[in-house]
Formats: sequence, structure tokens, C-alpha cells
Amino acid sequence: MEEAAQLALPVGGRDHVQGDPAAVLTLVEYGDYECPHCGAAYPIVKAVQKHFGKKLKFVYRNFPLKNVHPHAELAAEAAEAAAAQGRFWEMHDAIFEHQSRLGEHFLLELAGKLNLDTQRFAKDLAAGTFRKRVEEDFMSGVRSGVNGTPGFFIDGVRYEDSWDFGTLTEVLEGVLEGA
Amino acid sequence: MEALKPGTRAPEFTLPSTPDQKVSLSEFLGKRVVLVFYPADWSPVCGDQLALYNELLKEFADLDATVLAISVDGIWCHLALSADRKYHFTLLSDFEPKGATAKAYGVYREKEGVTERALFVLDTKGVIRWSYVSPVGVNPGADGILKALEKIPTGE
Repeated sequence: MEEAAQLALPVGGRDHVQGDPAAVLTLVEYGDYECPHCGAAYPIVKAVQKHFGKKLKFVYRNFPLKNVHPHAELAAEAAEAAAAQGRFWEMHDAIFEHQSRLGEHFLLELAGKLNLDTQRFAKDLAAGTFRKRVEEDFMSGVRSGVNGTPGFFIDGVRYEDSWDFGTLTEVLEGVLEGA
Repeated sequence: MEALKPGTRAPEFTLPSTPDQKVSLSEFLGKRVVLVFYPADWSPVCGDQLALYNELLKEFADLDATVLAISVDGIWCHLALSADRKYHFTLLSDFEPKGATAKAYGVYREKEGVTERALFVLDTKGVIRWSYVSPVGVNPGADGILKALEKIPTGE
């Protein structure tokens, strides 16, 4: 926190990565599926991804504030349960597109719509199969100086400026030029 | 006004935690304490900052530390905030005489009449081991607190 905070856990094999793995730029988000700011950032990140195309890869990690957002933890585990069936990003997007409806019933409904093995999905949620992973994400965020959501990192360095499309794009362009 | 530095004994205080209960710092001797001074209940940054600590109470407890958060807001205001945000740690009211505890720690902003956004990590003997004053609008996160607690040798 005294110096620019760095990602304590580098992007690696455990991460959900969208875009070209060889991309020059890496944008990491620590997010909470029930956080309205993350909901607002969701289409902006999509637009930023579209803008940079193959030059940027996007990584999403969980940072649920469980006391403030009672559905955030289960939603995070649901996305991880979908990931176990190869459909992380579909679930991630579906959750952010229906933020106000989160709850176990709705998450199961989404799993059905995404043609997941719903029995396995329900079992994973009930057993808390991915709770530890979500916790690891959360603590890696805390250790990296994440203080709220969404928390962004560009190439491993914490991004503290506004995440509106214009500012975020401009900063990423700057990093790209300096690269 | 300068915040008290590491090595300083943390000044004693007795502040209300509910309308009919008070908490003294000396009650925590033998345990580590994280003092969180924050400017105001309900302000967005404070909310996020305290919400984060609220999620980390187990990690703090594992490091033998108790969180006490202090602002100049009145006790009823604290209770409403705490209930609304489901905080599981104590909010103390530095309300009368206003800001006296914050002044003793060197973290009172005379002009605005609120405390700085400041963190103190105290060892089991009540000695300050780490302190940090954040720009008022900036949420300092929790990594500094965890690192400071981990640096203190076991048992101290």
C-alpha cells in the first residue's frame, strides 16, 4: 500500500483467462457478482476487450464481500462449478447479466440453460466444492492490496484510476506504447 | 498533527461501544489490537474499508488480533451502520469530548472535525508496532495490517 501494489499471486494455470494467452496486456479483475459497481464494470470490460482484441487478455478472480452481498459467495462458487464443466465465462456473463436475481434457485436455472450437468453442478454447490478456491482468490486479492470491488490490475500492478471506458482504455494504450 | 509512531505505548481510552457499555483499550492487554480510525459512518470509502475488515476477522483472529474501529460519530449512528452492514467487530464512538482519542493518537483533523483514516497495530503489551495514515479518500486495504501482524514475533 505504500508503493504501487503488485499482484501477490501471478496469473497462472489456475486462472480463468479470456483472450489470447500470448497477449501483450493482461487485465485482472477482482470482482463480486452481487456488487453493483462490478455489474457496471462488466460491459465496460467487454468493450475494452473488444477494443484491444488480441492485444489483451482478461482474468477474473473472486472477491465476494459476503456480509454485504449475501448471494456473492454462492454466485462465485457457481461460476467455479461451471468452470469445472468448461463453461466459466458463460456463467460469469450470465450472472452479471442477471445480477438482481442471484440465489440458489436462479443459479441452478442458469446451469440448466447453459446445458451443464445440473446434478453435478447442484452437488458442487451444496458440498461447497469450490469454496476453498474462492477463498484463495479472495486472500490473494487482499494480499495484493485489493480494498473493494472491482479491483483491477494491469500487467500485475494495481490500477487505482477510474475504470470508465475512456480512462481505462487510455491507460492501457499508454502501457501498450511503453511496452 | 503527527500520528504516533511505532515503539510508542498506545494511549489508554475508554469509549462507548453501545448506549450503555464502554470499552477500554487496557481490556485487550495480552491480545493484539488493530485500531482503525475512520472519518465517518456511511461514507462510501469507510463502508468499503470496514466491509473488507469484516470479511477478514478470522484472519485477524488467527493472528491473535481484535479489530476496534473508531470515529467521532455518535453511538446510535454506529449501531445503525453496524446493523445495516452486518459488522461483527466493535465500533467505538469518540464523540464526547469530541475526537479526544483521535487527538491522543495524533490523527484528528481539526478543520473538518473528523479523524484521519489511520491504522495502528498494537502488540500484546499495548505498544504500537505499526501505524499508517492514508489519504482520507483512499481505502488503505488490509495487506499492510496483515503484514504488520505477521512481523510481530509469536506471543508478543
